[in-house]
Amino acid sequence: MKQENAVFDQLLRTSPEEFINSWLADVAATGSGGTTSTNDARELFAALHAAVAADADMDRLDGAGWAKTRSVLTALSQSRAAQGASAGDTSQFILSIKKPLFDSIQKSLGGDSSKAAFDAAWTASMLVDKLAQFTATTYQRSREDVIQRQQQELLELSTPVVKLWEGVLAVPMIGTLDSSRTQLVMESLLTRIVETGSELAIIDITGVPTVDTLVAQHLLKTVTAIRLMGADCIISGIRPQIAQTIVHLGIDLQGITTKATLADALQLAMKKAGFVISRNKA
Amino acid sequence: MERIPILKMGRVLLVTIQVDLQDQVALALQDDLSAQIEKTGASGVLIDISALEIVDSFVGRMLASISGIASVLDATTVVVGMQPAVAITLVELGLSLEGVRTALNVERGMAMLAADDRNQIDD
Repeated sequence: MKQENAVFDQLLRTSPEEFINSWLADVAATGSGGTTSTNDARELFAALHAAVAADADMDRLDGAGWAKTRSVLTALSQSRAAQGASAGDTSQFILSIKKPLFDSIQKSLGGDSSKAAFDAAWTASMLVDKLAQFTATTYQRSREDVIQRQQQELLELSTPVVKLWEGVLAVPMIGTLDSSRTQLVMESLLTRIVETGSELAIIDITGVPTVDTLVAQHLLKTVTAIRLMGADCIISGIRPQIAQTIVHLGIDLQGITTKATLADALQLAMKKAGFVISRNKA
Repeated sequence: MERIPILKMGRVLLVTIQVDLQDQVALALQDDLSAQIEKTGASGVLIDISALEIVDSFVGRMLASISGIASVLDATTVVVGMQPAVAITLVELGLSLEGVRTALNVERGMAMLAADDRNQIDD
């Protein structure tokens, strides 16, 4: 076994329970603990001790000897990321090992050999920093995965195609219209038109915050594609501000039926399909 | 070279495109169709492209020009059964086929042409 590994093996072997308790006390003092801290700490301590005992290279955390430790750290950061703990709290949990580690160094060397104490402290500090850095990186990656997944879900959630009446489909658009959204809406709407044989589609843009030239172009494309399929399209839910913007920008919506509200659009759709709505007089 | 058959149904010429359109085939169709409109005095042309999976700008332009030629010969053209992917492709190519009438399927296209024909006679 390498000399520094031997020193650390000695440190970790002496009184593991005391070490873990002191570590957890420090975590609790900084207020960054969680309900699963004790189990996490035990698991990580065991992995760390095993790696040191197996003579893993102290300078290279990405080496084979640290594989088990890395997987424990990965699981830890992933579960913390899923629970919504902050990156700071997660790395603080790891950084808190320093204190019990330094305490045991001090105890075991008794202050008589300053050179050896300094070396051990330095190695310990480096190692803990590396562990914390690895945890923070993994944590960040897990968070990004969560964000990406949510983005994808949001994209799919926000564009449902609903059937309003026999032969009338509607898409309530919510959120900003960009190329990928338009593409998705266009595809799902056109597919539904073929499936249901609907002759009329209503695109409701009440939930679209702003309409600029690009958004208008996307809308025009969708309308043209619907027309090419042999169906008609009505755009509804144009708020007064948006109507003003459209005119000020000089966007040409000629040839497209536009209505102020979805109710108006539905009324027109019924009329086109030849339905008459009447109230049943009691 | 294969040719696309043109069927006469009353006053309507029915063209069903079942294969991927090669440029030569498309040009031949344009020739045959204009000759047939002249010969039969048809008032409507129905082009069914429901089996067409792939289009390029040439085919898109050809659809537009067939419609133009037919309208000069006083026949209305209806393109029916366009697939979503084809519609998206044409839009992305910037071909909106202005002036070409469209319908969801052959049945509705026929109804559309029949209604047109009645209106014309009434006038």
